[in-house]
Amino acid sequence: MSTPAPSFLSRVNLGPKALAIFIALFLILFLAIPVAKVFIVAFQDASTGAFTLVNFLDFFNTSLFRESFWNSFYVAAVSVVLASIIALPLAYFTSRFNFAGTAIIQTLGIVPLIMPPFVGAVAMQLLFGSNGSVNLLLDEHLGFTIPFMEGLNGVIFVQSIHYFPFILINLSAALANIDRSMEESALSLGSSGMRLFRRIVFPLSMPGYVAGASIVFIKVFDDLGTPLLLNVNNMLAPQAYLRISSVGISDPMGYVISVILVLFSLFAMWIAFLAMRGKDYATTQKGGGGLMKRDLSPMEQVGAYALILFILFIVLSPHLALSLLSFGTIWSFSVLPDAYTVAHYQEVFSSAGDFIKNTLLYAGMAASIDVIIGTSIAYIVWRTNIKGRKLLDYLAMSALAVPGVVLGIGYLRTFYQYDTPFTDIPLANFWLIIVIALAIRRLPYALRSCVAALQQVSISLEEASESLGARKINTMKRVVIPLMMGGILAGFVTSFATAAVELSATIMLVSSEADAPIAYGIYVFMQSAAGRGPGAALGILAVIIVALGTYASNRIIQNSNRKNAMSPDQH
Amino acid sequence: MMSQDNQTSAISIKNLGLSFGKTEVLKGVNLDIKAGEFFSFLGPSGSGKSTLLRAISGFGPTPTGSIKIGGEEVIGLPAWQRNVGMVFQSYALWPHMSVRKNVAFGLEERKVPKTEIAGRVDEALDLVALKHLADRSPGQLSGGQQQRIALARTVVVKPRVLLLDEPLSNLDANLRVQMRRDILALQRSLDLTTIFVTHDQEEANTISDRMAVLDAGIIQQIGTPVALYDQPVNRFVASFLGTANIIKGKVSNGNFEAEHGFTLAVDSKDNAEKNLILRPQSLTLYPSPVENTKAYQLKGIIEYSEFLGDSVRYAVMVSGHSVLVDTSHHRGSDILQKGSAVWVSIPKDQILLLD
Repeated sequence: MSTPAPSFLSRVNLGPKALAIFIALFLILFLAIPVAKVFIVAFQDASTGAFTLVNFLDFFNTSLFRESFWNSFYVAAVSVVLASIIALPLAYFTSRFNFAGTAIIQTLGIVPLIMPPFVGAVAMQLLFGSNGSVNLLLDEHLGFTIPFMEGLNGVIFVQSIHYFPFILINLSAALANIDRSMEESALSLGSSGMRLFRRIVFPLSMPGYVAGASIVFIKVFDDLGTPLLLNVNNMLAPQAYLRISSVGISDPMGYVISVILVLFSLFAMWIAFLAMRGKDYATTQKGGGGLMKRDLSPMEQVGAYALILFILFIVLSPHLALSLLSFGTIWSFSVLPDAYTVAHYQEVFSSAGDFIKNTLLYAGMAASIDVIIGTSIAYIVWRTNIKGRKLLDYLAMSALAVPGVVLGIGYLRTFYQYDTPFTDIPLANFWLIIVIALAIRRLPYALRSCVAALQQVSISLEEASESLGARKINTMKRVVIPLMMGGILAGFVTSFATAAVELSATIMLVSSEADAPIAYGIYVFMQSAAGRGPGAALGILAVIIVALGTYASNRIIQNSNRKNAMSPDQH
Repeated sequence: MMSQDNQTSAISIKNLGLSFGKTEVLKGVNLDIKAGEFFSFLGPSGSGKSTLLRAISGFGPTPTGSIKIGGEEVIGLPAWQRNVGMVFQSYALWPHMSVRKNVAFGLEERKVPKTEIAGRVDEALDLVALKHLADRSPGQLSGGQQQRIALARTVVVKPRVLLLDEPLSNLDANLRVQMRRDILALQRSLDLTTIFVTHDQEEANTISDRMAVLDAGIIQQIGTPVALYDQPVNRFVASFLGTANIIKGKVSNGNFEAEHGFTLAVDSKDNAEKNLILRPQSLTLYPSPVENTKAYQLKGIIEYSEFLGDSVRYAVMVSGHSVLVDTSHHRGSDILQKGSAVWVSIPKDQILLLD
């Protein structure tokens, strides 16, 4: 054993290296190339293929596109404002006061996330539209109506009540991470009240707020399903979809819009990055524990509960409306449906079985791909020293900046010209491509979940295994993977639940209803007045699938945290 | 007895160097540890002691130089081929396996027949007196019990050497004393070459046959605990092991001249800058000069006193040098007041001069 080093090293790195190359190829083929294709086409003359900015000039010279651009920006910005107005008081209540409503608020933070906004959009029109329940009541009793759902208002309203939890969760976490001694030392140095808030609490919680707000901005700016279902077409994402689906995949406008969507996503992420950079306050503060809490007086309690119940009603209204719609016979120009029936569910179960089967299959496969790639990348990045391993991480995470519409367009453009092996179906129309699109879209979340799981496995647990004679692969099998299992499963379930109700990439790639998942089914049903009842029933099924997934993922995380909790200090 | 077929091995380290990126963490380490010896690496945090231990066990960056275990070069061998037993500071018990599974792990990896594994696991658990906890999960055990399981898990595979990385630092004070006795007893009964890493000199002193003091990635001195304490080779070792008064000055013509201060005749022919090293407990305080040809007497003023229970530590200002003097304390004895004039008696045979 005098010169074992070179042969041994090459042998050991072969596995991870081959894996890294395979994953890199997968990501390049299904993420980098389609997106690059979109960018290239946007800057290409449609007939000659030469580099040009003409497409962008055309875009900004067309009044519809200019209007769509401003509408998308306006909707995203106002949604952030509205979501902040909902989230800020809730975050403040939970972090500053002792009262039982805190638990409600925390649950409430998750509820809207269980249902993507497009699912409840149509139902919301029946509740808040110009002839909806609320406005009928207002008109009858107070003699005026509020245009909640008129045009862009509707998109803003639906989006902000679905996405405010992102601000609530991030802001609450930032507030909870503030070390109580931060506040106490400011108090003992003579600062209090508004000054203390302005100089200490506000700056410490700002990064959390900005992170949440930028997520809301991106989500709303990129969303296709909600405007489409509300029939608001003069926004960017719907325009991109309509151009490609009506004019065809050679029309450059869809690509120009895609480039703008990506740039705005990047811009919002960059803002969030600037806000967070160098401000990882959680690690510099030892104690955490949040701000000092005080009790509310009885009057304040009443006020606080009233506010929370009001917000709770608004937040749950899409679910309420969707349930009513799914059980209602006819619901038009009336506060509530005329009568109730289970016929819509019967119809869904008899005719829409394919949607459900496809959803389970696609989301299941996509989530499996995500956790396999996620675990592999996590291990390659954190446990090997393969050159360029960080690039793999960045590449996978870059999917965050790619809206579903853009990925869909990129896939159509890139894969339409190739046939699926052994068939004459274009690859872009093959159902497996939907699975891959879903996997790419959800990969960043699964990856972070796997990385978090790996980081909880102390390196000494692996070293102990190696030191006892287990080579890397056995250490992986017997120690690392079992200990990561909770996080991996949680990543699987999160990917599964969100992929199950993904619409924007799916809608571009579905080529026949037989291949369509549930989200597409909801979209199709909701197009006609007669289909709304079954569409709502399908929506409720989707909510149940996602809710079960979310619940399972929370249970899994809690269980694995408890099981792996080591307590070397107890005696 | 497990020791029968133990292949306990000597460790020989030659000219070992190791860097994290551009930072040199170990420099020119040369060390020979005898088979069956209980050896300690002692040093402050950042001294490189843990890095050296990890290099022997096969973790961390690949070092330059040579590490031989039982005559076999191990640099380049992965950890799992070294047959070196490592007990981690955090114990590193796998939380998803029972105690029995943890201990059996290494045997399974060595493809020991199933029928033999059960017996050897029981034997190892008996050795640490925790057989009754075999079916618990590690999370249900106290820190001391986890420590014992970690030991059992390591020795059950009959490693060539046993490496212990600050194994007592997570235990409370009483348990630590008991545990170090148990570890020593276990080491003796298995006749297993052992390296023990610690920053605690009391631990190293009580448990080691020999030890190496490290600082800044360099071995400062190797020897028995008594030799290192009595004959430190440099100021670092003198001050790291126990407390030492270090008085700067120079030697000329057989006299030590303290900086702006006293002069003592010393047994040294060098004419050079030197440090006078005096242990506080070697010095005695007297209210007035006492006739004694074996000691020097210097006049000083009490600066402050610290009552430590078994002793009182005085800081005495002697010609501009603050000198610590320990006096043993018995019930009723008075404590000298700040500002009192005293005579510090320095026995000639307790004088040590270092560069």
